[in-house]
Amino acid sequence: MMDVGRHPRIQLFTHSEVETVTGFVGNFHVTVRKKARYVDETACNACNECVAVCPVAVPDAYQQGFSSRKAIYMPFPQAVPSSYLIDMDACLGNNPIACGKCADVCEKHCIDYDAKDEIVPLEVGAVIVATGVEVYDPTEYDEYGYTRYENVITSMEFERLICAGGPTAGHFVRPSDEQRPLRVGFIQCVGSRSLSPKGNPYCSNICCMNTVKDTLLLADHYPDVESTVYYMDIRAFGKGFEDLYRRSKEAGVRYLRGLPGHVREDPASRNLVVTVEDTNTGHRLEEEQDLIVLACGVIPRQNGGNVKHLLNLSQTADGFFMESHPKLKPVDAPSRGVFFAGCAEFPKDVKDSVTQAGAAASRAGILLSTGKVTIEAITPVIDTEFCTQCGICAKVCPYGAIRPPDARTGRYPEVIEAACSGCGTCAAECPMDVIAMRHFSDAQILGQIDALLEDHPEEKVLAFACNWCSYPGADLAGTNRSQYPAHARLVRTMCSGRVDEDFILHALMRGAAMVLVSGCHFADCHYINAVTWTQKRIEKLWNRLDRLGIRPERVQMEWISAAQGTKFASVMAELDRLRRTVTPEEIEAAKTILAAEFEKKAERLRKQRARMKSQREKEEVDVA
Amino acid sequence: MATPHNLRVGVFVCECGRNIAGTVDCGAVSDFAATLPDVVVVKQNKYTCADPGQMEIRNAIAEHKLNRVVVASCTPKIHEPTFRNCVREAGLNPYLLEMANIREHVSWVHQDDPAGATRKAKDLVASAVARARKLEPQVEAEVPVTKAALVIGGGVAGIQAALDLADAGHQVYLVEKEPSIGGIMAALDKTYPTMDCSI
Repeated sequence: MMDVGRHPRIQLFTHSEVETVTGFVGNFHVTVRKKARYVDETACNACNECVAVCPVAVPDAYQQGFSSRKAIYMPFPQAVPSSYLIDMDACLGNNPIACGKCADVCEKHCIDYDAKDEIVPLEVGAVIVATGVEVYDPTEYDEYGYTRYENVITSMEFERLICAGGPTAGHFVRPSDEQRPLRVGFIQCVGSRSLSPKGNPYCSNICCMNTVKDTLLLADHYPDVESTVYYMDIRAFGKGFEDLYRRSKEAGVRYLRGLPGHVREDPASRNLVVTVEDTNTGHRLEEEQDLIVLACGVIPRQNGGNVKHLLNLSQTADGFFMESHPKLKPVDAPSRGVFFAGCAEFPKDVKDSVTQAGAAASRAGILLSTGKVTIEAITPVIDTEFCTQCGICAKVCPYGAIRPPDARTGRYPEVIEAACSGCGTCAAECPMDVIAMRHFSDAQILGQIDALLEDHPEEKVLAFACNWCSYPGADLAGTNRSQYPAHARLVRTMCSGRVDEDFILHALMRGAAMVLVSGCHFADCHYINAVTWTQKRIEKLWNRLDRLGIRPERVQMEWISAAQGTKFASVMAELDRLRRTVTPEEIEAAKTILAAEFEKKAERLRKQRARMKSQREKEEVDVA
Repeated sequence: MATPHNLRVGVFVCECGRNIAGTVDCGAVSDFAATLPDVVVVKQNKYTCADPGQMEIRNAIAEHKLNRVVVASCTPKIHEPTFRNCVREAGLNPYLLEMANIREHVSWVHQDDPAGATRKAKDLVASAVARARKLEPQVEAEVPVTKAALVIGGGVAGIQAALDLADAGHQVYLVEKEPSIGGIMAALDKTYPTMDCSI
């Protein structure tokens, strides 16, 4: 921690949050909100006079609320930076008449109640997301009585009570009477490995070994304490872990295989009675403990959503950030130039966090050292000859990568290639069809549709899948061997935003029984909000199909994430069921109707282009 | 839109050991591929991604003057970079490669319907060839990288990442929401398995 504070190449922003991120790999523009501390950290010499006179005491979050701190405080003795700040929600000093005591005693005049937040702009080439986890709140496990019984504590609270720097200076006591407990029960898997609505289905990874550690600390400090661990499995899988587990058992810690169903308090002694089945013997036991420690799991950061949106990150079903590939790119985010370190990606212990941090730093370092990055050649090219300067392309671009046209000055829309990510929404929305996507051109996609529907199209489901969510979702169905009917034919686009209405109609005109447009869930869209344009487009298309007398159900829209292989398979099964309801007559009818529609559109474009051409020739003559 | 008139497509069908060939009739897919327009050579391989498989692609590009390559194997999410490099080494623009995903999207998900799986694999190869015939060489733009990193979060992972990058000579900005760095680790007494101090 100290090393960070004094490193010449690390600029530390504490009490700060990233507010905006724009740009792309190698070229991120970031703004950071540096929240006011109200204490000038450069002038403060940590004399502590201010704390002594501050009249406001609030629970100290660092000590898990077991002790209090003042409204002006240092978070903990070893804090970096080593300086004070004022908790303005608690402070009276906004109004010097009410208080102002700390400012009065501060000889260095570091205190400024009117300090304002600062917005700092930064330019960076790579971003490492190390936003960590939160500890699971066991309140919903009412059977353990965490909020009702004072002597039921969490593993984090245990840490503070056993720590020499804790509220009791390391004298281990229980909250109700500040007496040293002689019997301590640990309940494992609180909030983890749960298939009930309470808690989370995943294993939190750290709680088994943390409890083993806690029992050894107790045995070391107080050999007379009897510890019992109630568990379902002890997962001592890492280097040195089994050894530690064995040491704990050798120290006399009792491991009982069975999670308690119930904990109640004896109102007189404030002791706790645990009801548990020893699953090794099948016996139901009632055991009395002086203190219960709940080995709480960890959960994804609940305010991580902000970072997620800023950097276009995806989450797996359990809410942790999803890596680009579990084996090949385990610390890369799917967004280029963004890497993960620590628990933000999944719960892990200190050693694994440090290991992953090293890997993330190395990956980011490669990018920074290389000094240049190539942009995939999937950007749009605008043919301005028949562009009407309507500006829709610029309006729908999620990245602002198209400079809007200006009909008065005659300026045409212009693609800023480095800012474009290639979603293709502009090309799909262009009413004049003058935008060509490189490597995902109309001709290429229509060629794929024709080839896929050449033979027995009436038996097929033509499915468009986006590169980041639905297509890898289909891949995951494969990896999981989730079976589904073999009638679907996938066409990959970078984003569902690329799926032009004409592609869908073309597939129906070629006789496809069903068409699916699939993309990322709204919160996961890799092109910020391009998927919202997909949705608007499909909703409009459903109305149009209805007007044309084509059953709108033949076009389906689904949001399938890269983690939803099972969903992909079940969507395919459902589409197969719908496919069977489509009659040969309606397929034929749709083919005729749509052929006429395409002819009408071609005629409209021909006429409009001819008009534009003659208008232009006229202008040229006028100028001449 | 300079589509050459002398299109020469090579199709490489991968068996992926038994992963694909266990369900899909790869021979039938290869025979079918040979009937597709502009396809001048079809090769079937046990593992196209392995060195001998890649060597076969490079040799075929030279021998048959291929200007489009279709690999029917696994998902492009895994091996598109592999095969793009492979065709680049043989002198082709990497954007002239196309893949047909006949493993994740076919053999692994239609194990109980080999006939349906083979039909689908043929369709996907036809689709890839159709697309390949319309592919054009592309040039990737290069942009410079700002030589600085942002680390969001100052727990043990953020601290380590920031130190490593800074020690490697890069400018680092470490942003922490709380008034001090340290995160959850700073609130622990000791850490396992060494039972040493957390701070």
